[in-house]
Amino acid sequence: MTTTRAATPAAPILISSFAARLRWSFTDGLTLVGRELSRLRQEPGEIVVALIFPAVMVVLFGYVFGSAIQVPGGGNYREYLMPGLFAMVTFSSIMATTLKVATDASRGVMDRFRSMPMARSAVPFGQTGADTLLGGVLGLGIMAVAGLLVGWQSHRGLVPTVQAFLLLMVMRYAVSWVGCYLGMVVKNEQTADQLVPLFLPFTMVSNSFVPTAGMPAWLRTLADWNPVSALTAACRELFGNPGAPAGDAAWPIAHPVTATLLWSVFLLVVFVPLTIRTYQRKGR
Amino acid sequence: MEEPVVVAEGLHKHFGRTHALRGLDLRVPAGTVCGVLGPNGAGKTTAVRILATLSRPDAGHARIAGYDVVREADQVRARIGLAGQYAAVDEKLTGRGNLRMFGRLYHLPRREAHRRADELLERFGLMEAADRQVSGYSGGMRRRLDLITSLILRPPVLFLDEPTTGLDPRSRGEIWDNIRELVADGTTVLLTTQYLDEADRLADDIAVIDHGRVVASGTPDELKATIGDRLDVVLADSSMVREASTVMHRLAGTDPTMTGAEALSVPLTRGGVRLADVVRELDRAGVAAADVSLRRPTLDEVFLRLTDRDADPGSGRVSGLEKEVVR
Repeated sequence: MTTTRAATPAAPILISSFAARLRWSFTDGLTLVGRELSRLRQEPGEIVVALIFPAVMVVLFGYVFGSAIQVPGGGNYREYLMPGLFAMVTFSSIMATTLKVATDASRGVMDRFRSMPMARSAVPFGQTGADTLLGGVLGLGIMAVAGLLVGWQSHRGLVPTVQAFLLLMVMRYAVSWVGCYLGMVVKNEQTADQLVPLFLPFTMVSNSFVPTAGMPAWLRTLADWNPVSALTAACRELFGNPGAPAGDAAWPIAHPVTATLLWSVFLLVVFVPLTIRTYQRKGR
Repeated sequence: MEEPVVVAEGLHKHFGRTHALRGLDLRVPAGTVCGVLGPNGAGKTTAVRILATLSRPDAGHARIAGYDVVREADQVRARIGLAGQYAAVDEKLTGRGNLRMFGRLYHLPRREAHRRADELLERFGLMEAADRQVSGYSGGMRRRLDLITSLILRPPVLFLDEPTTGLDPRSRGEIWDNIRELVADGTTVLLTTQYLDEADRLADDIAVIDHGRVVASGTPDELKATIGDRLDVVLADSSMVREASTVMHRLAGTDPTMTGAEALSVPLTRGGVRLADVVRELDRAGVAAADVSLRRPTLDEVFLRLTDRDADPGSGRVSGLEKEVVR
């Protein structure tokens, strides 16, 4: 045999302190970001899909439905629509994360992670961080460009605009934990795929595309308390887009930024521990 | 005496009402291959998952290189490699991409992770496919990538859960060669398999498990010896069955069984029977034999006997093939 045995690589660093744990979670997160980038490089088709999706949404809702929908308080429907689409792509990311995690779980990649000397929290933190950073920046960026092309604008200046995008990222990070949890629970891609249609009503029963005022009372209550609605209303407020809440609006719609932050905190408080616990105990 | 690298003592594990493990004991000395054999559902995968820290035992202890798999899981994880039944790699990445990613997740410095990826691809003959997406790999190539991914840290202990299930003979042979090389380098391997020839060829020791515990263990030869050599006689014609049976009874001490119209077989429980004796005795009794052979039982026979769920343990049945006992 001609192979020479090279020196043994440096022994893996075992996680000792909380600081080290945090640092490694961050490094592992970056590695997983790199993984997502490599996947995109391997499958450029996904980028095309990622580009086409917002364009289709903008055209479909902006022009097809928009031609028949009256914006409350007047205004351009596409200006009204864009915050709703920002909120929708933010929440739809749950499905992408679920699918990715379920694939890893069913193919044994998750087991490999768990048999490696990594911090137990590194994979969930890395996965959610990678999804939020990459998906968020890419998804919102593309959607913003699509919006600008059809005449949407942010009217209140730099700071509220940045605040709106930060709020979208915060919510996206929170829901990526929901996706991560769902992926670990469903464990296989087929089941994850079947969840997608269930997701549609969740984004649609909201104020994203139409005002909730015209809905039957019970549906309106659902829509008003849907976190999608709070996020949409918050974006409308921060971007200065039409669709300001009516005087009798439900609390989350009247205080959308606070409501969105509270929703995000709630989701994180519930799903971060739940996800990490499930990841650790997945072996039963 | 040095403690074996893998030690399992009295492992119990149940899922709901299914008792997957009922007091499993295993010891694998350093630098050896232990083959864990068992029928489906015997508890092989559960045992590996516990040893690889993926699952916790309900009772019992296990230590890898002296570290407890529950209390010192991180120490264990730094010393083991795990390759499973399905290829646990990212299908959307290239082979090289996978190795680099896992290298980074093992916290190797970037340059080291890249160097190690290339080294493994080169050594295990995957360099040509290094930059192709894994989804385009053949089953054997995926399995090999899965195997070498578990070798990134040069783990002293390697768990292989049915590493060649579903592969064609050539790919199996290649994986076997890879495993032999690793063992030659000093790696301790615990291998589960349903293929008896795989265990026969690779394992120094075999543990046959059934219903969640070890029912027999030893070297392949020792296991075969537990059911003894067999004497097979094929007669020229069926008229002399009675005489042949008498001769065989005298030599073996028990009645032979019919394994065909003119074929008789008997286990040799006492040693010292030589082929020449058999031929001479048959000749003296006037039996014309078409074929006489003494043979070691196959591992299949050992396996079937040890894990035959219906057999009466005291009956000495070897397989379900026997027909009638000749009086």
